[in-house]
Amino acid sequence: MEAHTRQEKENDPNRVYLNDPEPRPVTEDLPLRRSEDLLLNMGPQHPATHGVLRVVLELEGEKIIKATPDLGYLHRGVEKLCEGLTYQQIIPHTDRLDYICSMSNNFAYVRAVEKLLGVSIPERGEYVRTIIAEMQRIVGHLFWLGTQALDIGAMTVFFWTFREREALLDLFEEICGARLTMNYFRIGGVNGDLTPNVIFKLRKFLKEFPSKIEEYDRLLVNNRIWLSRTKDIAVISAEDAVSFGLTGPVLRGSGVNYDIRKAEPYAAYGKVDWDVPLGTNGDTYDRYWVRMQEMKQSARIISQCLEKLPEGPILTDVPQVVAPPKEKVMQDMQSLIHHFIIFTEGFRPPKGEVYCATEAPKGELGFSIISDGSPKPYRLKIRAPSFVHLGAFDHMARGYMIADIVTIFGTYDLVMGECDR
Amino acid sequence: MTQDIAQKIQEKFPADFVGMNEFRNDWTVVVKPDRIVEIALFLRDDSELVFDHLSDVYSVDYPDRSVSGGERFEVVYQLNSIPKRHRLRLKAGLREDACEIDSVYPVWKSAGFLEREVYDLMGIRFRNHPDLRRIFLPEDFDGHPLRKEYPVEGKGWRNTFEFLPTEEPQT
Repeated sequence: MEAHTRQEKENDPNRVYLNDPEPRPVTEDLPLRRSEDLLLNMGPQHPATHGVLRVVLELEGEKIIKATPDLGYLHRGVEKLCEGLTYQQIIPHTDRLDYICSMSNNFAYVRAVEKLLGVSIPERGEYVRTIIAEMQRIVGHLFWLGTQALDIGAMTVFFWTFREREALLDLFEEICGARLTMNYFRIGGVNGDLTPNVIFKLRKFLKEFPSKIEEYDRLLVNNRIWLSRTKDIAVISAEDAVSFGLTGPVLRGSGVNYDIRKAEPYAAYGKVDWDVPLGTNGDTYDRYWVRMQEMKQSARIISQCLEKLPEGPILTDVPQVVAPPKEKVMQDMQSLIHHFIIFTEGFRPPKGEVYCATEAPKGELGFSIISDGSPKPYRLKIRAPSFVHLGAFDHMARGYMIADIVTIFGTYDLVMGECDR
Repeated sequence: MTQDIAQKIQEKFPADFVGMNEFRNDWTVVVKPDRIVEIALFLRDDSELVFDHLSDVYSVDYPDRSVSGGERFEVVYQLNSIPKRHRLRLKAGLREDACEIDSVYPVWKSAGFLEREVYDLMGIRFRNHPDLRRIFLPEDFDGHPLRKEYPVEGKGWRNTFEFLPTEEPQT
C-alpha cells in the first residue's frame, strides 16, 4: 500500500530519508534502501557551461556514468553562409566563431585563403601578425584562467586576470578600433600598422606581465582547494588524446609534443626562440600549468618580435587581391578599376582545395577551402578545436563527480560559438 | 615525400585506388568507399605513415556530377601524423542513391563527433557508427542544410508567410 498523507509517509517503514535526522540502527528486518540511476539535465542556461551547452548526465549517486553533450544551441550555419559570400566578406564572420579570440580566427582564415592564392606576405606584415596572434593568445588564456578559477570557486583570480586582459584589449582598440570582434587581418596582410604608442605600451605591458603571472600563481599553486579540484581530475592518456583528435594545450597537457607553430612554422614563429611546454599526467592541473607557461612563452615571442620588427609594408603588393589605398583610387585609373572589381565582384582564386591549420589558443583551428574558380568558396569547412574536444567529453567525464563537470568544461576552454558554428 | 605515401596506398590497395593529385603541396588521394576502414587502419598502423590524428571529416556536395550519373558526394578525411609531421587528404566518392560509408570510429575516435556532423548537415549515413544522431539541428529537422539545393535562408514557417513573394519578380 502506498503512503499518501503526510502522517502515512512519516510512518512508512520504507521511507528513504535524504538527510537522515537520526541515523537509524541497522537491523536485520530493516528494508534495503532504494537505489536508482538518476538522469540530470545540465544547461543550456547554466553559467558554468561557457555559453549554451547542454549535457545530460546519467548519475549513480554523485558519480557520472555517462555524459551526453547536446550541442547546436548556437548553430548559425556559418559554413552555409560562407558559400554565398566573397572571400573578403567572410573575415568578419570568422570573428564570431571563437568570440574570445577573434584575431586568431581571422589569422587562421586569411592564412587558408593565402595558401589557396599562393600569396606571400611582406616581412613586417608577418611580424605584426605574430605579435597580434600572441597578444590574442595571452588574452584567451587570461580569460580561460579567470573563468576556470571562477567556476571552481576562486573569484579573485577572475578580477586580476581581467585587469591585464583589459590592458591588451585597450591596445587592440588602438590598433584596429574594436575590442572583441576585431576584423583586423586582411588577405595579404593586416589592416593597420603598429603605432609607436602601441609599441611603447606593449613593451611596458611585457615588462610587468611576468610578475602578474606570478601573482596568479601565488593565488593558486599552493591553494588546497585548487589543487584538490584540479589534480587527477579529467585525466586523459596521450594515446587517447591523440585518438580523440585533441589539440592545443589539452593535448600538450598529456605530454604529446605537437604545436603547429613548431611543426609547420608560419608567420615569424620560425625566426624567434621559444619553447613548447609539456605536461606529464594529462590532468586538469597539467593543462593549467601548460597554459600558464604558454603565456610566458607568448610574452617571450612578442618581445623578440618587437626587437626584430623590420621596416616595410604590412600589405602585400598583389593588386588583384589586395584593395589599393584610398589615395591611389582617387588619382589612378588602374587602382580605381581594381578597387571596383574587388568590392563588387571579388577576386577569383585558382581551382583547388587547401587545408590550412593554425595554432589558435584553444587548439588546431583549420580551414578547408574548396574553390571552383569563382569569387565565392564552393565549400568552406571549419575545423573548430572546441567541437573536436567535446567529442572526448564523455570519455573524460566518466567516473568523476557532478562538480567536476564544471572543471572539465573549463579545462577544454570551450567556446560554443566556435563549437556550434 | 607525401607523393610516396600516395604511391604506397596505390600499391597496397590497387583495386580501391582511384586517383591522386597535388595542389599547393597538399596531397589528395581518392579511393573507393567500400574498404575505407581497411585503408584507414593501414594508414594509421603502417610504421612509415603513422596517421594517428584524424583532424577533420567533412563532405562536399557536387549536384552537377549526379546529373551525369557520377558520384554526388565526397567524404573527405583530413589526416595528420604527429610523429612523422605530414598530412594527407583522403577522399571517397559516394553516389546519391547509396550515400552510405563505413564509420572510421574504430580507427580514430575523433570520428565519433565529426561523422555525426556530416550526417546532420549533409545526410551521409555512416555504417557501424556507435551513436549516429543529428548533432546541431533538432531531431525533427527536415532536410540537410549543407546540400546545395537547400536554400541559405532556410525553410520553415517563413515560407508560409503570405506577405512574402514566393517567386522572383518578373522584370
